[in-house]
Amino acid sequence: MSYQIIQRGESLSFPDAHDFLKAASGQGEGAVLIGGDAGQAWREGVERAAGRPFIAIELDTECLGLHIGDDDGPANVVGFARFRLGDDAPTALVELVKKPFTDAAAVQAARAAFEAAGLKVAVCNDFPGRILNRLVRPYYNAALRRLDEGLATAADLDKTLCLGLGYPEGPIALLKRTGLHHHYRVSQALYQALGQEPYAPARRAQVAWARHQKGTP
Amino acid sequence: MSEIKTVGVVGSGTMGTGIAIVVARAGLKTIVLDARQDALDRAREQAAAFLAKSVARGKLAAGQDEAIMAQWQGTTQVQDLKECDLVIEAVFEDLGVKHDLLSKLDKVCPPHTIFASNTSTISITEIAGGSGRADRVVGMHFCLPAQLMKLVEMSPGLATSEEAFAQAWAFCEALGQKPVKTRDTPGFILNYFLIPWHNDVINLVDQGVAEPADIDLAVKTALGYPLGPLELLDMVGMDTQKLLSDAMHGLTHEPRAACPPLVKRMIGAGKLGRKSGSGFHAYGDNKIFGA
Repeated sequence: MSYQIIQRGESLSFPDAHDFLKAASGQGEGAVLIGGDAGQAWREGVERAAGRPFIAIELDTECLGLHIGDDDGPANVVGFARFRLGDDAPTALVELVKKPFTDAAAVQAARAAFEAAGLKVAVCNDFPGRILNRLVRPYYNAALRRLDEGLATAADLDKTLCLGLGYPEGPIALLKRTGLHHHYRVSQALYQALGQEPYAPARRAQVAWARHQKGTP
Repeated sequence: MSEIKTVGVVGSGTMGTGIAIVVARAGLKTIVLDARQDALDRAREQAAAFLAKSVARGKLAAGQDEAIMAQWQGTTQVQDLKECDLVIEAVFEDLGVKHDLLSKLDKVCPPHTIFASNTSTISITEIAGGSGRADRVVGMHFCLPAQLMKLVEMSPGLATSEEAFAQAWAFCEALGQKPVKTRDTPGFILNYFLIPWHNDVINLVDQGVAEPADIDLAVKTALGYPLGPLELLDMVGMDTQKLLSDAMHGLTHEPRAACPPLVKRMIGAGKLGRKSGSGFHAYGDNKIFGA
């Protein structure tokens, strides 16, 4: 499946060269809108070709419905995001977002395009946080809160979860390494979208965000 | 500090059997207590099979499995634990059941004997309160499958003496395990995080966010976890997840710890996980861990 890339702004999913970008062609049948303003570009009518087998719009923390509507919309448009934690490079996971009215063939075409570039695709419906952020943010907030409450040292907390569950890295070390302020940004967005207390950024994340805003290292 | 030479393990379910393997493998006399002889026989068979497999895989020398099993003694009589220096209880997660057991043990074991609880959710301090020797009760939570996992969460109760805790800690290290100290709070570290995490995942399925296979793929790919959460839940079993959730939620009242409605529906449908042949995924066998 050939596709063309239309970039609007800096992309969180593809910040650097990648086989997926290299494989694109200007005459591609499908279209992939990437960058922080990809959704806005769609809304402004940059790419509305109904005949395309698929059009994929890069998402950040917002839902696909913001761009194409919730109850009715184009059947050939999907959303996507490569999962990444803060300053870490994007992972190989692409969360591919569909709506109830999305054509299965469009999902399959987009999936094939990503998988051809070595990426792994998990399909999900259009919910705030998709799969990963929906799951990890309450867990990270709980870990930060329990650290404050003295459940164990940060090292022992991480060690327990790594030894007990085979995790490659504990949550505290992971958040520190990838930037706690990034966790605040995503968790706060989900808290606003879902209104559920577990998504409210933990104190340490709030502090990290405030320090980041003031330029304090 | 007296040396620990003889260890009692109470309960011969999955956890008790795994813990007894760890103790016997360390060269200590291991007395396994269970009320039912058939449960003791099954535990002994499973332990022998596990150790034989360890020999076959080159993890133990030839004949070592038989030497380890020679340390293993099963009994249905509490009185037979009278010479134990340390007793690890792995019985049903019920405070009354644990109090009843420990008060009986208190009458037959010498004063120096340490009582360790493998509880995953109940307060060590509360368990110690019904033991008759609160200063010599410690939390010693092994991970499933105990015979393979090194982590042990160790918690002192409010009345636990430093000497007893240090002795239990040294014993744990002598077993070849890796102890981590936690406060005596519900779920300690592992279950405090794991139970709500699993409930979140189950609710994700119930809310129609994604299919189980997609969720497992996403978590493994993005986070590098060895198992998807729904694969792990199928190993744990829906019945166990309900028990754990009910225990945690009863203690903490945290919404994320509440048993998801989908778990109850799956139990009703007989979809318990690997043990019943299907849960979030379908399975062709129901072998126990490490077998």
